[in-house]
Amino acid sequence: MTVGLMGKKVGMTQIFDEEGLVVPVTIVKMGENIVTRKLSKEKNGYEAVQIGGFKVKESKLNKPEQGQLTKSELPLVKPLKEFRVDDTSPYNLGDAVALDSLYKEGMLVDVRGRSIGKGFQGTIKRYGAGRGPMSHGSKFHRSMGSIGAGTTPGRVYRGAPMPGQMGNKNVCTRKLTVVKVDTENGLLLVKGAVPGAKGGLVVVTPSRTKWN
Amino acid sequence: MNQTIRDIESSFLKDKESLPELNVGDTIKVFVKIKEGGKERTQGYEGVIIKRRGSGVNASITVRRVFQGIGIERVFPLHSPRVESIKVQRRGSVRRSKLYYLRNRTGKATRIKEKVVAKKDAGKKGEVKKAAAK
Repeated sequence: MTVGLMGKKVGMTQIFDEEGLVVPVTIVKMGENIVTRKLSKEKNGYEAVQIGGFKVKESKLNKPEQGQLTKSELPLVKPLKEFRVDDTSPYNLGDAVALDSLYKEGMLVDVRGRSIGKGFQGTIKRYGAGRGPMSHGSKFHRSMGSIGAGTTPGRVYRGAPMPGQMGNKNVCTRKLTVVKVDTENGLLLVKGAVPGAKGGLVVVTPSRTKWN
Repeated sequence: MNQTIRDIESSFLKDKESLPELNVGDTIKVFVKIKEGGKERTQGYEGVIIKRRGSGVNASITVRRVFQGIGIERVFPLHSPRVESIKVQRRGSVRRSKLYYLRNRTGKATRIKEKVVAKKDAGKKGEVKKAAAK
């Protein structure tokens, strides 16, 4: 297991590969990613590294965060995220995790983010359910249809598609190819779409596959 | 558009000299690089631009030609490295941005009027022919 790095989604575009084929890419602007804390098995019960994503003003942090960072004489960073690792010794407190130490071109990564909120939505938009006729005297337009059989089983099965909040939840897109690593500008180009709105926080971790 | 996106796209954009001014209705010849068994060669594809879409690195054109009685439409991303060069053979004068009506026509009905460039715009006579010859 390795650490993941935090970044902000910039947007999508397309580029050409060596063969001249069009590749759709999402640009992620990576943060400073500074090691803020090391957790050990003896002290905390598990081995992990805590990483702070982006440098921020003092007013953006709460008191516990400020206390932790100023006590260990670290720059003010936010958000602080823990990543489980097998061995914490390669990571030093206050060091920035280099982009090219973790990612290589052609590598597969998982990208986690918070999806764009769609609000409270019905089954048509939320689950792709069908709808009734909108005219010709029909009174069944967009409402839900049947949610199950009658006396047997006599209840509604769990997980039945129903209206509710859509989007604004944590989503992970797995196994996206890294197209380009730009350490100079701190940019990561990932093939395909990434969850979340532009400017949203994304966490990029190497995928757990045999190809990495 | 975001400046970061623009910076990344700019490295893929072709410069103005290698890309002529293209409009819908123009008859053009596109020279495309084709890889065949490890070898690379250039192939010409001639036809009428019936559609132009996108901007920046995203821009593409659809070129239509009728080959052996069958209409063929090919889409070329303008900034693709596979598109080696584009030669304008004839400037067409059309009143629509998408020439989908050509699909329903055959023979003489598919002709497009040639664009006559006004003198003050062209500067010299025969500017169109010169541009075509480029």
